[in-house]
Amino acid sequence: MTQSFETNKQGGANGQLIDAIASSERPSRPNGLSSSFTFASRALLRIKHVPEQLFDVTVFPIIFLLMFTYLFGGAIAGSTSDYLQFLLPGILVMTVSQITMYTGIDLNNDIRKGIFDRFRTLPIWLPSALVGALLVDTVRYSMASTIMIVLGLILGFRPEGGFPGVIGAVALILVFSFSLSWVWTTLGLIMRSEKSLMMVSMMVLFPITFVSNVFVEPETLPSWLEGFVDINPISLLVTAVRGFMHDAVTFEQIGWVLLASFIFTIIFAPLTMYLYRNKK
Amino acid sequence: MDDTKQTMAIEAKGLVKVFGKDRAVDGVDLSIKKGSVYGFLGPNGAGKTTTIRMLATLLQPDEGHAQIFGHDLVSETAAIKSRISLTGQYASIDEDLTGIENLIMISRLMGYSRKQAKARANELLHAFSLADAAKKQVKNYSGGMRRRIDIAASIVVTPDLLFLDEPTTGLDPRSRNQVWDIIRALVNAGTTVLLTTQYLEEADQLADRIAVINHGKIIAEGTSSELKASVGMSTLHVSLFDQQDRDKAIEVLTQKLDDSVRPGSDPASLTAQVLDPSVVAEALGELQKENIRMTTFSLGQPSLDEVFLTLTGQPVEENAAHEEGVTR
Ligand SMILES: Nc1ncnc2c1ncn2[C@@H]1O[C@H](COP(=O)(O)OP(=O)(O)O)[C@@H](O)[C@H]1O
Ligand SMILES: [Mg+2]
Repeated sequence: MTQSFETNKQGGANGQLIDAIASSERPSRPNGLSSSFTFASRALLRIKHVPEQLFDVTVFPIIFLLMFTYLFGGAIAGSTSDYLQFLLPGILVMTVSQITMYTGIDLNNDIRKGIFDRFRTLPIWLPSALVGALLVDTVRYSMASTIMIVLGLILGFRPEGGFPGVIGAVALILVFSFSLSWVWTTLGLIMRSEKSLMMVSMMVLFPITFVSNVFVEPETLPSWLEGFVDINPISLLVTAVRGFMHDAVTFEQIGWVLLASFIFTIIFAPLTMYLYRNKK
Repeated sequence: MDDTKQTMAIEAKGLVKVFGKDRAVDGVDLSIKKGSVYGFLGPNGAGKTTTIRMLATLLQPDEGHAQIFGHDLVSETAAIKSRISLTGQYASIDEDLTGIENLIMISRLMGYSRKQAKARANELLHAFSLADAAKKQVKNYSGGMRRRIDIAASIVVTPDLLFLDEPTTGLDPRSRNQVWDIIRALVNAGTTVLLTTQYLEEADQLADRIAVINHGKIIAEGTSSELKASVGMSTLHVSLFDQQDRDKAIEVLTQKLDDSVRPGSDPASLTAQVLDPSVVAEALGELQKENIRMTTFSLGQPSLDEVFLTLTGQPVEENAAHEEGVTR
């Protein structure tokens, strides 16, 4: 390639280069929707080129599901099949919540690598970079959910809520995950290195996903812990998702999840936008 | 804003940026004419990147103000962004994507239709001799190719003002020449270029005017010949056979050249700044007459260290030279 550079320089005084520089006209700036879609297609291309990012999404849930069902199912619920009915909704929530963390990590990488600087000097509606990424994240979350549910069905998961119940559950998970993503984008903008970002994200995620009602009924816990588990937003979501899947959901349960999502979004979305625009 | 009357691309007064206690940029004034190439010359940590990031609207100055094509740097960022482009010190493209995917993405973000974007991306890849690598991920590119795709991404729409932060640092001479050709072609097409460099030769080759920057301050400014006049056109290095002869040799050479003759870092060596290379032969002949034997001598461009030595009377501080990739 370097070879051909030399040749076209000699034969034609770099005519191609001169033409390319002269030929550009400034098109009118794209609207926010169009630039959001461009960023979304970038995120899709990244999934294509870096399929490892989907690896985390699919492999961990499977390991968790198998491990907990067969290793602890008998001990906790008496039978693996009974435990699966209880566990699958919980582990689905846990998996997708943990995946949301990658939104922040991707953003953090962009900032450290310098491509963020390029985006910020383009005359575009800046939040479209985030909107595009979050759109594709929804695709990732849906894929992870699908894999989990299909695997669950194979293992013997039988949702009484049927297909509509499952769809409702996934939709609620997507809403919640979208709002939770803003927490990670905020952290992704604050933290200097990927390592420290991972650390902090884990420190938040591990307690809220494990100290929840994902694996056990809160009534079996000591009362001080039960207090935390009951107000933990992950527990609220798990309760509603179980409700949807087993056809016993109440408006109250959904309401709590929407409220938690609203609170996350109202605090962290503007904070992200502020940090994003004022990043030094 | 009537652009035709505007003759200045950049006018800055008293720009300051403070990081903690560190005054990274400490009162920088600049006037850069439209259509010119301006070189920022300085060692690592001098404040070059910080200045560029302020001028490219990425960083707010703590003090001072600036106008880009007459637009205020702080209050008219949208107008500025539509006319500038930045190629950062580190790759400002997505390394996981291929070359063509990167250029299509930027073209789409600039407002081209899908079809136009593809055409423009291909045109640029050919012009930058990257057509063969179009479908390779950028992370597999060589240093020179990476730099070229980065610059290509910056000129998807030819900007009126292009910032290039150390465009050739770490490149081999051939790749460096290719980048220089690109910069020259851009300037011919009317783009104003502000580039930073650690190499005097690069500033000399490309820039109409040069600012030498150290510790956040501009310590010299002028055309390359003005700077050279103050620094010495070339540097003479002489190694003596016997280090005992050095004082005598300095004395002899000082008579023939001027008082820029100094002892070198090695006890048997000395250096001198030479304005007129034709007197060098004569001066070295004098050494011969005095029976002072030399092992080697060479005449070269003054290095950045020598510029600093002359301008500040101090060598470049080693402790100022840290990698800043980590500190962003
Ligand atoms: N984001 C930052 N936070 C803290 N210090 C910084 C930051 N960016 C640069 N610096 C410091 O400012 C000084 C100038 O850095 P820089 O402008 O990158 O220099 P150059 O580009 O000339 O090598 C250095 O001492 C560097 O460590
Ligand atoms: Mg720098």
